[in-house]
Amino acid sequence: MALRDTHVTMAHGGGGRAMRDLIAEVFTDVFQPPGHEDQARLMVDALQKPGARLAFTTDSFVVSPLEFRGGDIGKLAVCGTVNDLAVGGARPLWLSAAFIIEEGCEIAMLRRIVATMDAEARAAGVTIVTGDTKVVERGAADGVFITTSGVGVIAPGVDLGAAHLRAGDAIIVNGPLGDHGATIMAARGDFALQSTLASDCAALHGVMSAAMQAAPDIRAARDCTRGGLASALNELASDAKLGMVLDEAVLPLRDEVRGLCEILGLDPLYLANEGRLVCFTPPEQAEAVVTALQTLPEGQGACVIGHVTDAHPGQVRMQTLFGGARIVDMLIGDQLPRIC
Amino acid sequence: MCLGIPGQITAITDADRLTGMADVSGVRREVSLAPVADGPLDDLIGQWALIHVGFAMAIIDEKEAARTLDALRDLGEAQEALDAMAEGQKALEGSQ
Amino acid sequence: MKHVTEFRDPALARNLLGEIARLADQIGATRDKPTRIMEICGGHTHAIFRFGLDKLVHEGIEFIHGPGCPVCVLPMARVDECIEIAERPGVIFTTFGDAMRVPGTRGSLIQAKARGCDIRMVYSPLDALEIARRNPDREVVFFGLGFETTTPSTAFAIQAAAREGLGNFSVFCNHITVPEPLRALLNDPHMQLDGFVGPGHVSMVIGTHPYDFIAEEFGKPIAVAGFEPLDLLHSVAMVLRQIAEGRAEVENQYARVVPEHGNPASLAAIADVYERRPSFEWRGLGEIDASGLRIRPAYAAFDAEEKFGVGYATERRHVPEPEGCACGAVMTGRIKPTACPQYGLGCTPETPLGALMVSSEGACAAYWQYGGARLAAQ
Repeated sequence: MALRDTHVTMAHGGGGRAMRDLIAEVFTDVFQPPGHEDQARLMVDALQKPGARLAFTTDSFVVSPLEFRGGDIGKLAVCGTVNDLAVGGARPLWLSAAFIIEEGCEIAMLRRIVATMDAEARAAGVTIVTGDTKVVERGAADGVFITTSGVGVIAPGVDLGAAHLRAGDAIIVNGPLGDHGATIMAARGDFALQSTLASDCAALHGVMSAAMQAAPDIRAARDCTRGGLASALNELASDAKLGMVLDEAVLPLRDEVRGLCEILGLDPLYLANEGRLVCFTPPEQAEAVVTALQTLPEGQGACVIGHVTDAHPGQVRMQTLFGGARIVDMLIGDQLPRIC
Repeated sequence: MCLGIPGQITAITDADRLTGMADVSGVRREVSLAPVADGPLDDLIGQWALIHVGFAMAIIDEKEAARTLDALRDLGEAQEALDAMAEGQKALEGSQ
Repeated sequence: MKHVTEFRDPALARNLLGEIARLADQIGATRDKPTRIMEICGGHTHAIFRFGLDKLVHEGIEFIHGPGCPVCVLPMARVDECIEIAERPGVIFTTFGDAMRVPGTRGSLIQAKARGCDIRMVYSPLDALEIARRNPDREVVFFGLGFETTTPSTAFAIQAAAREGLGNFSVFCNHITVPEPLRALLNDPHMQLDGFVGPGHVSMVIGTHPYDFIAEEFGKPIAVAGFEPLDLLHSVAMVLRQIAEGRAEVENQYARVVPEHGNPASLAAIADVYERRPSFEWRGLGEIDASGLRIRPAYAAFDAEEKFGVGYATERRHVPEPEGCACGAVMTGRIKPTACPQYGLGCTPETPLGALMVSSEGACAAYWQYGGARLAAQ
């Protein structure tokens, strides 16, 4: 054990022995990437099949606090990129992970974050094959920022996308909405709220493959991260030039999420999720998908929440509890808590 | 204006500063009881209050809540009676 | 959720919608000649759109969205003054989230924060007090904003600061009152309103009697209402029944929360800490006599206007309303938001020009967000 420091200093970013010790002991000893070259060299058997395609995605992760009930920034960084691949119908295979570390960051916490990343990656069947670290001065970052990129393979014949949506398609989610956003809001401490809420952060490759098996004609899927379900649906509605109708009475929401939203004047449809996706199937295949998802831990709360329509292209509407209707629009900026 | 939400007072946290814990659907927040602390503080435990910007602004009157709901239900019955009368009227007119 | 779910019961809502339709027919309200009811409070406006109530009630009922959104009616000059305070060295400026996006002539608080001001969102003035306790070497200013509902909370906070001798805490007071602008609206010869839905949470503090003049002097019915959909529909039915029976009274639909004489402890705290300003400027409505509160001289040490020498403590400059803005006409019920020439063109939620597009409680913003115009167009 050459690494004796308890906190990251600028020396750990300097290119010398301190940096090599940090990288070896905190990162590569855990991730055990194949080979020692500057780049991962990968065999792509799955790509040999005619019609198979490579899927490639990247995402950066910043969150405060770094650790919260139900996960930490490392879990977000692995699951987020796995999910970006999975909702496109790809089997996630490899990840890269780059860390911007703030001077003063606790090394024990870094180890915890790396451990969750490793565990999540193994569970999702992906390997973290390459990475990087940089150290910046105190105040130039907030603890640690992580960027992960992911590569996966889309099997021949699989083609999900907004262009395939049809009027009448069922809209399905895999569980209660807004848990992650509400958890972070409460954990941040600015509003002195206490709850037992936990983030929904989870890898959804299993949910996606179950959905694709249950619904041969599944149209498209998206993960409902930043901006929540409302933003994901608005993007799809606009891309597909079709409308969406949600049924307020069946939207899955936990009581605590409702409570937090009432206190802070927020709309749960815009709260972030990190383990929720929305998928679209022909109506006759919806029940099979819901049943299949409900057998999985990440899909226990799966249900149909609405349908696609050609009546109001580009618009998402909600049928309110009383049969009224309202538009669920894109957010303009951040959702800010309000008192009035 | 003036977002307010019912919460249940579950504990007194600081009797000197008149603060207590309010629970809204499992989300808890320390609130000031100053607007409603006109009797023994412990009597507030278990009561429902209207919470606004971290203050218990009013104790919710359970009897009045029930009375309002009763009035709304009675309205339904009156409505049904009116509908039935209208139906009857129509039937009478039809038979003439 | 107790005391919430019961008041969102669709079956009871159907009863009320039936009753509203029956009364509307009885008084001859039609789409072309609607009965116009103003919901004074922005929270009611928000609820009407959130639950789609405007589309459910009888077509002869038209909701006119009132001035009860403290963020919307905040004049640009006051936002400028916030930023002026926030820019002072050593200041931590604390505010409710609502005020972050309101534009002044030099941008909004969110933009000032991006330029380096220490501006923090809080849920309660108590949280601002706590920040002051923890940062004795900093000046902590709380942006006191809102109607009578919120006024007691800052009064209690100032009293606590005085008790604790918390010399680094002050309030930039922008508290305003409901009855005065209502009188101004009712005095407006263009005003065309048949009745009012009264603001429930303001009334839990001040009681129902401050509205007596609406019934007695102006002969208009009013029902003080709660914020759940059944509350709103119930209060509309109460107003219509008054019209049908030729009555004009102050009725209390929200008796579970609103006592007739208000909340004594809150009223005492307000009276102890605040006094009336001779007049206060409202965005869209102009200066209204005795419609604003300021901190009494006894608490001057906690008055940010005095401490930093801004606002009404100085020679204030007047910032004129933006060209073409028709907020005043919308608020008096003369035109619908969509009839404003700037609606959706020069004035959108991204770049609000007028008061009512500023906050999600403003009539124009609520119209836009929940698609009032776009739903109606189809």
